[in-house]
Amino acid sequence: MNWMETFRSGTEAIRAHRMRSLLTMLGIVIGIASVILTVGFGQGAQNKVKDEIDALGSNLLIVSPGSSTDDGGFRGGFGSATTLTLEDAAAIADDAAVPDVRRVAPTSSSSASLTVGETNWTTQVVGTTPAWLDVRARELAAGRFFTADEVASGADVVVLGPDTAGELFSFGSPVGQTVTVSGQQLTVIGVLGSSGASDDGGSEDDQALVPISTGKSLSGGTTGSVSTIYVEAASTEVLSAAYQEIEGLLATRHGVTTDDADFSIASQESLVETANSTNKTLTVLLTGIAAISLLVGGVGVMNIMLVSVTERIREIGLRKALGATPTVIGRQFLVEAALLGLAGGVIGILLGVVGALVLPTLIDQPVTISLLATAAALLTSLALGIGFGVYPAGRAARLTPIDALRSE
Amino acid sequence: MSTPIITLDGIRKTYRTGSLEFEALCGIDASIDEHEYVAVVGPSGSGKSTLMNIVGCLDNPTEGTYELAGEDVSTMSEAQLAEVRNRRIGFVFQQFNLLPSLCAWRNVELPLVYAGLPRHERRERAIGALERVGLGDRTEHRPGELSGGQQQRVAVARALVTEPALILADEPTGNLDSRSTADVLDLLDELHGTGRTIVVITHEPDVAARAGRNLVFRDGQIVSDTSSARAVAAR
Repeated sequence: MNWMETFRSGTEAIRAHRMRSLLTMLGIVIGIASVILTVGFGQGAQNKVKDEIDALGSNLLIVSPGSSTDDGGFRGGFGSATTLTLEDAAAIADDAAVPDVRRVAPTSSSSASLTVGETNWTTQVVGTTPAWLDVRARELAAGRFFTADEVASGADVVVLGPDTAGELFSFGSPVGQTVTVSGQQLTVIGVLGSSGASDDGGSEDDQALVPISTGKSLSGGTTGSVSTIYVEAASTEVLSAAYQEIEGLLATRHGVTTDDADFSIASQESLVETANSTNKTLTVLLTGIAAISLLVGGVGVMNIMLVSVTERIREIGLRKALGATPTVIGRQFLVEAALLGLAGGVIGILLGVVGALVLPTLIDQPVTISLLATAAALLTSLALGIGFGVYPAGRAARLTPIDALRSE
Repeated sequence: MSTPIITLDGIRKTYRTGSLEFEALCGIDASIDEHEYVAVVGPSGSGKSTLMNIVGCLDNPTEGTYELAGEDVSTMSEAQLAEVRNRRIGFVFQQFNLLPSLCAWRNVELPLVYAGLPRHERRERAIGALERVGLGDRTEHRPGELSGGQQQRVAVARALVTEPALILADEPTGNLDSRSTADVLDLLDELHGTGRTIVVITHEPDVAARAGRNLVFRDGQIVSDTSSARAVAAR
């Protein structure tokens, strides 16, 4: 009996017990579908984070304050210190000290309520300098950005993010209109274009930019501290040089060593890595769970194949009486188990792909279908079928024809 | 001068269940010639089914030698025995033993599948065999759609499709009414007429009467070996 015949008799046996075959496959179907989905989720999330970070701007370094340590020696959380100042930003902008830096944009943000007539909208009010627009690689959809003079004079002007403008001004152009922030009237001079980061743009499209001097008076603060300094390196090649120059400069200015720095510098790359490592942990965990369900699915196949051997014991006896060798009988059951596994894998992949197409519309999370994961899933399901089919097939092969024929 | 197809020499078969030993066959010496029609009769438990299994190469004897068509099969491996069963023996069982999911011709072709014949030739020969047993118009029917007598005729077609020298029938009419019994016995007569050796196990006297020679079993031994006048004349 050749492989072709064995294959045909295997599909016939599976078709003869449609319901039972389907239930047998269920474990593998669920396992494979969840592998496709979890890997898809992981990759989708990674891509999303990468898009968002890419949209921050090119050649970007982000300098943040470190954690503070109070007199009692308690360390606050990351970013709790107010160690960065406008003077630090000015120093970084100094071409002589830090030659590889092109532009510097210190920011100081606080949450505030914006009012236009009856409409209220709470968002992040970011005080910064004119360099912000270029450093963050953003563009204006309307109007203009504020100038260095306006920063120096603390002018009452504001540039709105596109989402913020949409919330406050339903009709007409916001440019030239007035917005009230903390009792102070600001004139809208421009509206940002969309950041293009992922689907919704998130907080990047919902913010209000004011001259950093104006921002200080709005939040009532008088200190020269800033929350983040965005630095644009001269090119991608000098990014790490710029990193080291800034690190050295700030350490000297703050009188600390680089090991004990009260600030931190992040590049796009390091942000992507941090985000991915979190995602990876989650993906590995979920994939582990999916692998366990696959294992359970495989045991299910073995269980049903054993039942099938017992149930078809007379058939096995008859086939042996008619001239089937133990090898042929063993092969028949092995092929049947392999087909069950493979069919389960194919159904699981279809289910996973349908899920990957449907889920993003239900929950706001992208799912990427990975070709590699799909191919691996297919091979795994086949291997499961064969692996868990060996024992039942061996049992069928070893049955003596007379015992098999005699059993009721 | 006839040559023996089956030669049994000192065949013993002992079954062991825990500490209990049961001797189903205690030293059988017998020889069956080609073209003989032999009925093995005896009460249940007399060892005739055990002998049938050994003669059919479904089971190995505990002791003794068994030569089938000149080959010593008592020491063969399971794979070798499978080939011998496939080439030399056609089985007809009391329970028909047809596969319910396959139609008549697919059941009949099974021994040819294991013989490794190509599909179109198998189909041709299977349908030819069904025509010989008078079921040429039932080739696509499944066993469930056939009467008991028809099912046993499909089983006979399966036994003869490989053109084996030996046909072994184990209580072939045990589950049939008298009309179907006559049909099946006529078929066996016809096969005997075409030169095949037939061995039938039965406890029905009218079935045994058709055979040329009766081997009577009791307690694992042959107690009588009688040939009818017809059989003697045939020699």
